[in-house]
Amino acid sequence: MQRYLTRKLITYVLAFFAGVTIDWAIPHLMPGDPIQGLIARFNVGSSAAYSALYANFSKAFGLNVPLWQQYLNFWHGVLTGDMGGSIYAPGATVTSLVFSAMPYTLALLVPATLLSYSLGNRLGAAAARRKLLDNSVLPFGYALQSIPYPWLALVIPYLLGSVWHLFPTAYGYDQGLVPTFDWTFIASLLDHWFLPFLTVFLVTLGGWAIGMRNLVIYELENDSSRYLRALGASERVVRGYAYRNASLPQLSGLALQLGVVIGGNTVTEIAFNYPGLGSLIFKAISNQDFFLLQGIFIFIVLGVLIANFIIDLVFVAVDPRTRLSMQGAAA
Amino acid sequence: MSESVSAAPVAEVAATGLPAGPAAASAPRRRNDIFYYGLRNRKLLFGLGLELLLVLVAVIGPYLAKNPPMQITPFPLQHPGSRFWLGTDITGYDLYSQLTSGLRESYLVGALGAGCAALVGMALGFIAGWRGGLLDEVLQLITNIIVMIPSLVLLVVIGSYLSSKSILFEGVFIGLTTWPWVARAVRAQTFSLRSREYVDLARLSGKRAVSIILREIAPNMASYLFLVVILLFGSSMLLAASYDFLGLGPTNVASLGWTMNQANANAALNYHLWWWFIPPGAMLALMVFALLIANVGLDEIFNPKLRDQ
Repeated sequence: MQRYLTRKLITYVLAFFAGVTIDWAIPHLMPGDPIQGLIARFNVGSSAAYSALYANFSKAFGLNVPLWQQYLNFWHGVLTGDMGGSIYAPGATVTSLVFSAMPYTLALLVPATLLSYSLGNRLGAAAARRKLLDNSVLPFGYALQSIPYPWLALVIPYLLGSVWHLFPTAYGYDQGLVPTFDWTFIASLLDHWFLPFLTVFLVTLGGWAIGMRNLVIYELENDSSRYLRALGASERVVRGYAYRNASLPQLSGLALQLGVVIGGNTVTEIAFNYPGLGSLIFKAISNQDFFLLQGIFIFIVLGVLIANFIIDLVFVAVDPRTRLSMQGAAA
Repeated sequence: MSESVSAAPVAEVAATGLPAGPAAASAPRRRNDIFYYGLRNRKLLFGLGLELLLVLVAVIGPYLAKNPPMQITPFPLQHPGSRFWLGTDITGYDLYSQLTSGLRESYLVGALGAGCAALVGMALGFIAGWRGGLLDEVLQLITNIIVMIPSLVLLVVIGSYLSSKSILFEGVFIGLTTWPWVARAVRAQTFSLRSREYVDLARLSGKRAVSIILREIAPNMASYLFLVVILLFGSSMLLAASYDFLGLGPTNVASLGWTMNQANANAALNYHLWWWFIPPGAMLALMVFALLIANVGLDEIFNPKLRDQ
């Protein structure tokens, strides 16, 4: 057990190392000179002033030292949480921008993912081998799974916003309000949160339900289920075991889906103009702000790694074979 | 046969023809079986029929268009009608023309993405699940790195490095970032199958690893694998639509996602220009839906366990 977790931790540390390295290397391949772009905003006339500004900004962003030193500095920045300044929003640090956007993304992503995962699994398990429920859950699930993210992110606000005027269709809160902790603001937050949440929740729901349904059917036909039935176990007990066995592929699917969910979240945030990390990525892209892009990248990588580790812990708790095989006890 | 069979498990084993091994039925009878059940499976017929219809639209549709998809006509914001079947957008693009050539692009990207992902994912999944140990650890590490890299940001960076992007590029990119989906599924299944008795038996009888994987392990997850690949075909099309929606898709190509991007950028929602963004997404949803339904039907045909009632 402990050995298994230590090994997993080492894997994640290595993965983090690789992630940071790639994160550092890739944006340096980006075309265009970000500092030139920055200076272009100031309408500098004389070339002397231009080169003075250029040198100044190069120094400020740490681009005037050799590459290997930039790499080490980058690591220093990552470990101390100091990712430098942003180009698109001069004066703001990357970390502060990420931290001000993160709550919005987490508030969308975490409830939507957990809810659709648990509800989808339960729906799917209940539908397996039950004709009536299956005939409604299955087409519904497939329909949800077929819908493209951007389309749902357009149709939901169109129907519930533009046509029926039930919810606002853009921004994280009423733009006339100043963020404070009072009921008007919180109500406005919830009001604006609901439609993007619904979008992220609905798109993933169908996939979980269908995956679980297929796996439970497979498990119900397994020898172990037959044996249980032969022993006289009730259908409820057989289903309980089938559900537990079927959760394993679903769990590793959850780990894999994280990247997809983050992508879908990005699409949703951009369609709704929701002020989370997705919108921030988009702003970083359109302004060629690679410091900001790097910062967001690190935080997403960290988030995915932490989530993966949690899923590993759950895996160990659910599947005893993993514990045995990892210790070399199984053949 | 369902919940009530608990009293007679032996009879059911005989009836369903448990996947006792590849030698269970002789080849010609199995092929007849597949045709027999295939022609009677309503899900397959429905899904396949709908998909063929959509493929037909993708193949023939662009020839019926009155304007090329990227040509600006002097009639912006036309409602759907006889001149423009699906109306025009704010710039004056013929939306019918954009829709039909968008269908083509989607199928292409889907096939490319699923093909690449299946190839890479199956190879690495079998190796990792079968060998275990250090090799598994290394492959898992690579998989983890690929999974945790936000492919969207990666696409931004690589994309801006290229002066123009093609459909081929988008498809291959999708394949090379989604194979962990296949690899993990295959690995997990191989992992649990490799310690079953019949695999041990095959190993004891001195079979080579490749032949055990292909003959003993793969057939037992074939339907699951097939499901995964079809799902990937659909999800590649959906993923491409997301990329196109964010403006990261192929340059100068009218795709379904790009049309929705334009609708979103020009506030089509607020002006109730529904014909701009409803058809492309609905079409794509239908394409994926037909695929999924056909897949369920196929699954029931290949997998006797599912062929109930």
